[in-house]
Amino acid sequence: MQMRDFVVRFAGEGGQGVVTSAEGLAQSSTQVGYHALTFATFPSQILGGPTWTQARISVNPVLAPGDDVDVLVAFNRDAYDAHRQDVRPEGIVVFNSAEFQLEDNERSFGLPFEELAKSTGNNRAANMVIMGALAHLIDMPQEHLINFVEERFNRGRAEDAEVIRSNIEALNLGRTHIAETGFSLGSLAPPEIPEYQQLMIKGNEAVSIGAIAAGLDFYVGYPISPATPILLYMERNLVGENRFSYQVSSEIESITAILGAGYAGKRSMTATSGPGVSLMSEGLGLAWIAEIPLVVVNVQRGGPATGLPTKTEQSDLYGCMFPAHGDVRLPIIAAGTVEECFYGAVKAIEWAEKYQGPVILMSEMSLAERSQNIRKPDLSKIKQARREIYTGTNGYHRYAGDELSPMPIPGSPGAYVANGSEHDDMGDTTHLGERHVQMTERRFSKIKLLEEDDYEHDQPEHSIAVMPWGGSKGPALEAYNTLKENGVPVGWYYTMYLNPLPPKMLEELKKKDLVIVPELNYQGQFSSILRSMGVKAESITQYTGLPFKARTLVEKITEKTNAQLKETVRV
Amino acid sequence: MSKKNPEYDFKWCPGCGDFGVRRALELAVIDRMEETGMPMENNVVVAGIGCSGNLVHLLEGDQPYGIHGIHGRSLPIALGVKMAQPTLNVIVVAGDGDFLSIGGEHIGPQAARNLNICAVIMDNGVYGLTKGQSSPTSLEGAITSSTPFGKLESMTHPLDLYLTLGVSFIASGFSGQPRPLSQLIKQGMEHPGFSIVHVQSPCTTYNDTFIELKGDLKNGIQPSLWDVPEDHDSSDREAAHSLLQQGGVPVGVIYRDTHRLSLDQSVEATWEKAKPKNIEQLMGAFEF
Repeated sequence: MQMRDFVVRFAGEGGQGVVTSAEGLAQSSTQVGYHALTFATFPSQILGGPTWTQARISVNPVLAPGDDVDVLVAFNRDAYDAHRQDVRPEGIVVFNSAEFQLEDNERSFGLPFEELAKSTGNNRAANMVIMGALAHLIDMPQEHLINFVEERFNRGRAEDAEVIRSNIEALNLGRTHIAETGFSLGSLAPPEIPEYQQLMIKGNEAVSIGAIAAGLDFYVGYPISPATPILLYMERNLVGENRFSYQVSSEIESITAILGAGYAGKRSMTATSGPGVSLMSEGLGLAWIAEIPLVVVNVQRGGPATGLPTKTEQSDLYGCMFPAHGDVRLPIIAAGTVEECFYGAVKAIEWAEKYQGPVILMSEMSLAERSQNIRKPDLSKIKQARREIYTGTNGYHRYAGDELSPMPIPGSPGAYVANGSEHDDMGDTTHLGERHVQMTERRFSKIKLLEEDDYEHDQPEHSIAVMPWGGSKGPALEAYNTLKENGVPVGWYYTMYLNPLPPKMLEELKKKDLVIVPELNYQGQFSSILRSMGVKAESITQYTGLPFKARTLVEKITEKTNAQLKETVRV
Repeated sequence: MSKKNPEYDFKWCPGCGDFGVRRALELAVIDRMEETGMPMENNVVVAGIGCSGNLVHLLEGDQPYGIHGIHGRSLPIALGVKMAQPTLNVIVVAGDGDFLSIGGEHIGPQAARNLNICAVIMDNGVYGLTKGQSSPTSLEGAITSSTPFGKLESMTHPLDLYLTLGVSFIASGFSGQPRPLSQLIKQGMEHPGFSIVHVQSPCTTYNDTFIELKGDLKNGIQPSLWDVPEDHDSSDREAAHSLLQQGGVPVGVIYRDTHRLSLDQSVEATWEKAKPKNIEQLMGAFEF
C-alpha cells in the first residue's frame, strides 16, 4: 500500500529523548525531500514527567499534526497506556522492551533500543535504533538516513568518525530487528522534492529571525513558557553594536524598557505569554496614548493566571486586543503557521513603525515548538520599515493634528514630552474634554494606516464560510479540503490580520449567512468580535490544551452547515 | 514646556520643595552642557507619577526630551532609553511613593546592572497629589488621611536601602538649597553608573518638614540637616554605613563606587565574544 502521510508519536518521560527522536525523524525526512512538522507537549518540570512529541511526515505540505497515529514509540508502560487509543487500528506500537513487556504482540513489538545502542559503543544512539526501525516500516531507503547521519555528525571534531560509525550501526540494528518481525505499514510514496530552498525551523525561531529581518534593533524579555526560546535566540544573535538584547527582572520591566527604546528611536520588541501580557497591560496603554512604536509577541499558553503553561490555547485574543483600561484597541497579527510566524513578525515591526504605536503578534504553544520545513523567505523582498522621523527645529508640536505626525528622536531637535496623561499637541497634560476627544480620535484614526488588502479566500460564492484564526488554520484547512472534496457548500476565509481586518474581507464576511470560526477557547472570542462588527459568526470551540483534530472540525462544520441550510430553507 | 501653556493647569502648592529641585536640576543640566558641549536635546527626563513627576512639564528655558509615563516605572523606562542610546544623559525624577513603594522593585535590578542614569528623588514623606496618604518614608505612627490611627509600618530609610542594594552613587540633599543641590545632581550625572540623589523636598500642605529640617534655633529646634564632613571617604562602604547611623539628614555625597562597569560598558565588552551575524547568516543556520 502506498502512503502519502505518516504520523509517529514518541511518548515517555522528559529527558528520555522523546523530543529529539521526533525532531530527528522530521529533520531527516525533510532532508530526504518530504514535508514534516512536529507537535510537542511538555510537562512543566525540569526533569521527568510524561511528555510526548509527534512527527508527521508527508509527501505534500501539511499544516496540522495529524489526527491518527501510525506508529507509537512507547518509552515506558505509562506512555503506552496513555497513548494506545490514539493509534489507528492498523497502526503499530514499538515499545522499549528493556523497560516493560506487552502481552499482546499482534500489532506491537519490543525493541530494546537503549541496549542496542549500548552495543554500538554509543549510549546516545538509541534514537537512531528507533529511526532505523521506522524507516523499515515505511520502506524508506536506508541511504537517506545514512546521508543524514553523516551530515549531522560531521562537526569537525576528532571523534566524528566514531560517532558516525556507531550511529549508522544503530540504524542498521533497528532495521534488522524489525525486519525479523515481518511488520510493515506499506511504503511511503517517494518524496516530491521542492525546487525552492527550504528552512527547517520552529515557530519561535521564525518569529525571531522575522523580527531581525525586519530591522529589529532592541529586544528585552523575561523567561516564560513557551516564549523563552525567543529570548534565548535574541541573547545570542541580536548582539553587537547598535543591537541590544537583554533579560530584565519582570514583564513590567520588559514592556517599559522597550517603550523607552521605542521612544529613543529603536525598533523594539519583547516576547512573552499570557501572564506577561497581563503584567504589561498598563505599559501597553502608555505606548498607545503616548504613540510609541513597539511589538509584543504573545506566545499563548492555556488558562488564566499560571493556567496551563505548556499546553496550547487561543484564549488571549480579548486580552491582547483590549489589554488596557481606557479606550484601547490594539493592532493584532495572529500567526497561523510557522511560515506566518516569520512574516507576521516582519509585519508587526512594520506596523509598529508605520502607525507609531504598540502591535501585538500572537503565536501559540503549538506553533512555537513546532519544527517545520518552510520555503526560505526571500530577504530581498523584505523592507526594513522605519517610522517617519521629525527632522525640523525645536518648538515642535508632536501631537498636533488628527492624524499621524513625524516622531522626533532624542539626540536631535524637536524635544517633547511623551505623555501618559491626556495631553495637548505639545505633550503637556490637559483635562480639556475637547482635547481628549481629539486625541482619542487621532489614536483610532491611525489604525486605518494598517489596513491590508490581501487575505485568503476560496469558493467565495457560498453563503457559509469557515474562517479560523491563528494556529487553528492548519486543522481547519485540512478539514476544509475534505469538505470541499465532499461537496459541502462552504467557503474559506483566512487572514493573520485580526485588527484591523482587511476591509474588503470584512465586507465579504458581512454578506455571509454564517461564518464558522474554529478557535481554541471557551468564549468564542474571535466570533464575538466579528459579531460586534456585523458578521454573523459562530465559533466551534475547544479548550483541552490540545489543537483541533481535522476530523472533529469536519464533523462540526458539517453539522453547523446543515443546520444553517435547513434554517435558510425554512425562512 | 518652554513658555506658559494655557492648557496645562497643574500647579505645585506655594512653597513646595519641588520648586527648588526643579531649579537645581536646571542648573545642573546647564552646567553639564556648558562643560561637555552636549546639546539640550541629548537630555531625557523620565518622570514618575505624582506631584514631583510634573517637574518634566515645568522646566523653564530650553527643553530636554521627556517621558511622563506610568506610576512606578520610570526606572525601567529609563533603562530602555539609555540602552537604546547610551550617549544620552538620562535623568529620572520621581517621588518617594512612586520610587520606593510601587516602583521599589526596580531599584535593586538597576543597582545590580549599574545602569548609567541619575535618579533625583523628591522625598516629602507623603502621597501629596492624592491628598495626604502615608508613604514609605512617613514616620511610624504618623496620622495621615490613610492612617487615621497612626501608620502601622516602620519608616523606610532610603539611603540605607540604596547602600544595601548596591547603588553605586548615593547623595542626599535638600530642596531649600538649590545651588548646592545642583552640584550633587551634576556629580550624579557625571558618575559612570547608577546614581541616586535623594532630596528632602517638603510638602507644605500635607507634611511640612521645613522647620524640622532647617531647625529654628530661636525656638530651640535643632536642624535635622547636617553637612557630610569634608573628610568623609565616600569610596568606603563602611564609612558610608557609619555615616548613615548618625541619624538626621546628611547633605552631601554618601557613597561613590567608580570601579564598576556601567551596563552599557558591560554590554560593549561582550561584543567581541558575541560575533554578530547578519540576517543571511542567521537564516542560513536553518537551511537544509
